[in-house]
Amino acid sequence: MNLTSHEIRIGLAGAAVAALAATLPLFDQGYYLSISVNIMLYAALCTAWTLFSGPTHYISLATAAFFGLGTYSVGLWINHLPYPVLVGIAALVSASLAGLVGAATLRLSGVYFVIFTLGLAELVRQLVTWAQAKFTTRMGLYVFTDMTEEHIYWMLLALTVAVFITGWAINRSRLGFAMQVIGNDETVAKHVGIDTARAKIVLFMVSGAFIGIAGAISAPRYAYIEPPSAFNPMISFLVVIMALLGGTKRLWGPLVGVVPFTIVMDIVSARFPNHTSIVIGLAFLAIVYFIPNGVTGLIEQARAKWQARQTAVGEEKAA
Amino acid sequence: MTAAPILSVNRAQKKFGGLIAVNDVSFDVKQGELLGLIGPNGSGKTTMLNLISGALKPTAGEIALGGKAISGLAAHHIARRGVSRTFQLVRVLPSLDAEGNVMAGAVFGHRRLWGEEARELAHRLLERVGLAGKAHAPVAAMTYIDQKRLELARALASDPRLLLLDEWLAGLNPSELKIGISLIDELRHEGRTIIMVEHVMDAIRTLCDRCVVMSSGVKIAEGGVAETLSDSEVIRAYLGDDDA
Ligand SMILES: Nc1ncnc2c1ncn2[C@@H]1O[C@H](COP(=O)(O)OP(=O)(O)O)[C@@H](O)[C@H]1O
Ligand SMILES: [Mg+2]
Repeated sequence: MNLTSHEIRIGLAGAAVAALAATLPLFDQGYYLSISVNIMLYAALCTAWTLFSGPTHYISLATAAFFGLGTYSVGLWINHLPYPVLVGIAALVSASLAGLVGAATLRLSGVYFVIFTLGLAELVRQLVTWAQAKFTTRMGLYVFTDMTEEHIYWMLLALTVAVFITGWAINRSRLGFAMQVIGNDETVAKHVGIDTARAKIVLFMVSGAFIGIAGAISAPRYAYIEPPSAFNPMISFLVVIMALLGGTKRLWGPLVGVVPFTIVMDIVSARFPNHTSIVIGLAFLAIVYFIPNGVTGLIEQARAKWQARQTAVGEEKAA
Repeated sequence: MTAAPILSVNRAQKKFGGLIAVNDVSFDVKQGELLGLIGPNGSGKTTMLNLISGALKPTAGEIALGGKAISGLAAHHIARRGVSRTFQLVRVLPSLDAEGNVMAGAVFGHRRLWGEEARELAHRLLERVGLAGKAHAPVAAMTYIDQKRLELARALASDPRLLLLDEWLAGLNPSELKIGISLIDELRHEGRTIIMVEHVMDAIRTLCDRCVVMSSGVKIAEGGVAETLSDSEVIRAYLGDDDA
């Protein structure tokens, strides 16, 4: 493996940020830790989502389905299997569902994909509700562990780091190059020998697996899990909004959206608990309308303009 | 030549609703041959190439590459078996540089190279088509002929058994045309097997070993260049057509 000095610098900077973030629970165990867990959860979810949706431009609303399956994997078997095994099961189950959905829909155009994933998430939720009513007497599952908020925070941080490393590895691989070609021109991609459907499905599975793991990590936090919370469609929408707000061209783009948006949502839901949906809806419209490429997109545009002006000035001087 | 044909098209047909764009067309291409596919606009030449490359599936008939059926396979499978093409309307990958464009052909196609190997091949091919020193140029800003050269390099990067060129010479000015023709001539002397859809009669006369003439989806003539072009039916098909 040969790393460029640029990659080493970015890697070191990333490691420093992660190390700094890891010390947070040492300073506060209350409100700030709690909101940091939320931020870290959405950091993991949004980067995992962007792993697939960034290069393909497919908007997935199935996040809640993968997340819920991950949560339920832990809830169902926490008394029978060790926790790390459950995390593995969560990844497998979510990846399998992603594989099925991908095989069924990724040959279709983006519009069908959005609707299908939204419908799928609802379907999975209804199925789980139905199965629970039919086969058990309770509406939910108890998840008792000795895990604290700190543990969950650190696991989510580790997961986010894992998503970044995976994204970086994919970018250097044939799959990453294939996605770049597909993003440019799908017809050319097929004619140079890329199995475009397979590439997209693999990427969707990787993304789904990480989202499932995030669900598994979050399960102990709920203590009692039931379909409306584990498969809450709001999770899917929030992930899309935050990722688009940050920008999906780079894997770190969503982070720029996650941090402020989670904090704002926390304030909104505390002050106006009955109006959160309205705020989310308005935020969504505003982001899509005013900053379709996200904050990082805006910054890049501004930088490109500035550079163009610099070179123009340079040429004038030279002339 | 006694060798089995590289490509054999047997009664290929493509319908678009009521329109039969390719109707019962058969022909063979031998190893190392340069076949011209000619005919007036709308006669079904591009559609024929699309059937071979897998961009479209034939509604009837068989196409075989090296004796194995490829008709009905997906385009990426056909590409991996060794069919490469350029497009009538040039298609470059704008967010990649020239090197990346050519590497795309090397990495996923018939020869699946990776890393330095693919990069080196890309540089050799860029030089080969006359784009030396432009490996990192933004391709969207390239001139038309340079984009066409780039597309050719990408198609060559997979070391194809069969190369399909769809009006690769169209839109070039006279001096560029000369360069283009000699480039294809070199490929021919290297022993590449090529099907070339072309309107430029000069190019057809200098380059092609044989040609197939299509009109309204039907093959109306096939054979040596001089004799086919003087065939009365061919002349009739072209009369009144601006491209003749
Ligand atoms: N995808 C398509 N759908 C419908 N009709 C098509 C399609 N592609 C080509 N055609 C029609 O098929 C005929 C042959 O077109 P084409 O193969 O592009 O001709 P040529 O390349 O010889 O100019 C034309 O009448 C064209 O309109
Ligand atoms: Mg054509």
